Amino acid sequence: MKFRGKIIDIACLNHFSRVVTTIAKLTKTCVLRLTPDNLFFVLSGKVANGGVSMWCELSQGNFFDEYQMEGVSSEDNEICLELSPENLSRALKTVQNAKSVKVKLTKKHCPCVTVSAELPTLSSVSRVVTHDVPVEVIPRRLWHELKEPSVPDFHVSIYLPPLKTMKNVVDRMKNLSNFLVVEANLNGEMNLKIETDLVSVTTHFKDLGNPPWGGGSEGGADPEGMAEARVDIRRLQQFLMGQQVTPTKAMCNIVHQRILHLVVLHDDASLQYFIPAVA
Amino acid sequence: MPLSTQSQDDNDEQYILVASLDNARNLSNILKAIAFKDHAIFTATPNGLKVTVEDSKCLQANAFIQVEIFQEFTIKEDLVGFQVNLTVLLDCLNIFGGSTAPGLSTALRMCYRGYGYPLTLFLEEGGVVTVCKINTQEPEEPIDFDFCSSNVINKVILQSESLKEAFSELDMTSEVLQITMSPSQPYFRLSTFGNSGNAHYDYSKDSDMMELFKCTTTQTNRYKMLLLKPTTKALALSCKVSVRTDSRGFLSLQYMVRNDDGQICFVEYYCCPDEEVEEE
Repeated sequence: MKFRGKIIDIACLNHFSRVVTTIAKLTKTCVLRLTPDNLFFVLSGKVANGGVSMWCELSQGNFFDEYQMEGVSSEDNEICLELSPENLSRALKTVQNAKSVKVKLTKKHCPCVTVSAELPTLSSVSRVVTHDVPVEVIPRRLWHELKEPSVPDFHVSIYLPPLKTMKNVVDRMKNLSNFLVVEANLNGEMNLKIETDLVSVTTHFKDLGNPPWGGGSEGGADPEGMAEARVDIRRLQQFLMGQQVTPTKAMCNIVHQRILHLVVLHDDASLQYFIPAVA
Repeated sequence: MPLSTQSQDDNDEQYILVASLDNARNLSNILKAIAFKDHAIFTATPNGLKVTVEDSKCLQANAFIQVEIFQEFTIKEDLVGFQVNLTVLLDCLNIFGGSTAPGLSTALRMCYRGYGYPLTLFLEEGGVVTVCKINTQEPEEPIDFDFCSSNVINKVILQSESLKEAFSELDMTSEVLQITMSPSQPYFRLSTFGNSGNAHYDYSKDSDMMELFKCTTTQTNRYKMLLLKPTTKALALSCKVSVRTDSRGFLSLQYMVRNDDGQICFVEYYCCPDEEVEEE
């Protein structure tokens, strides 16, 4: 099992660091899955993390100038590591101005992802900063938990409004309630609703547009008909808080009263986030 | 007016109070100045809106938003009163983040149908509409502090700037703030008695910061620091403050607050004295 990668381009380094920071805002621990072409950050829905799951996919070629890996075996050419994205994010943030950053899998007192950065220097002596992020290697027999979640058979798919606007609204609603209802239809309308003993608040977004693949699998669905999911407002807030860069596309799919599936697409990265609906 | 597209407008008839603002911050900012307790008593008259918040029957804050501030203000009765949770109202008013960026403001339309109905807010920013229904409660009778200008003994008007400075330096370990107002030395003095000793903050009556000085009798009164603390919210927003005491030692603080559009509103605090101080 071997992995080493090198980032020279500062823009790539910043971008990678931003992605990891976004992940860190969403979850305390996750799995980093490495394949010859891609890196994945995976969180599988367990009760302990409120049933949310996450799937973030990066194409290695867009980030790394050098990338070598050798999986557990030639037929299972993958590596799965459990780590704290916060640790990795902190390591990357401190080396933002590095000339180059190497990321590799090492065996120290425990398995680690070692981030070593060559920092700019005025003298001829080079300065290298090394961060060891402890990881846990996930054995082959547990990999089945880390497969890409199948896109659920959603009732409605809709583009999200500007995430900043949505974040402002969700932040205020969080002060008022613990749960929030997201509802949307195939007519480009989405509502965020809360209701408590003191107050009911509904924010109406319209003309958002629906992605071409539509939704409403049972054809001829009423375009005005709302699909809704009642979710833990903190999960949605976490997701919105983590989005640091305006994505190319952001959308959400709703399986009526079951799942809120959020998808954020960047040029070279994609993030899916699943929030289970509560009764 | 983007909000007029709301279908609810067809039923404007049913409301006994409708008030609109192009910029919701003109209301939310002034309400922040009195937001130290959850319960706020709203009293609307044809002159405008008065919002009252009280604490421990010893402190009362009133914010006045006169009718001119609103773009529309329709009231069908002489007096409309209700009580709502102020924290909830402020969260609703700032639902879009309360952005201060120029050219981006939240439009507000506030409607009330009458006793037993919620206070309904329609807020709009950038084409997004939020509807809030805040449940109302039976309005409590605000305490009458019976503070008459004819009983006022001492009065000063200060630039808020100077009082802000004093308040930021006050020794908060002191249980009380003692205010001395006098036609002779020390004129206007703020004193604290804290863990690290006593401190006095004096203003000369000829100071540039002193706009008006009208003290007839030497008077020293103490006020609970805990009660005065919320007044700093109003102080922070204001440009001028009038400090008055009456013959019973009651304190009135009136703050002049200028909003985003340069209009003037007033926030007023009344506070009971903590104890009588023997005059020597």
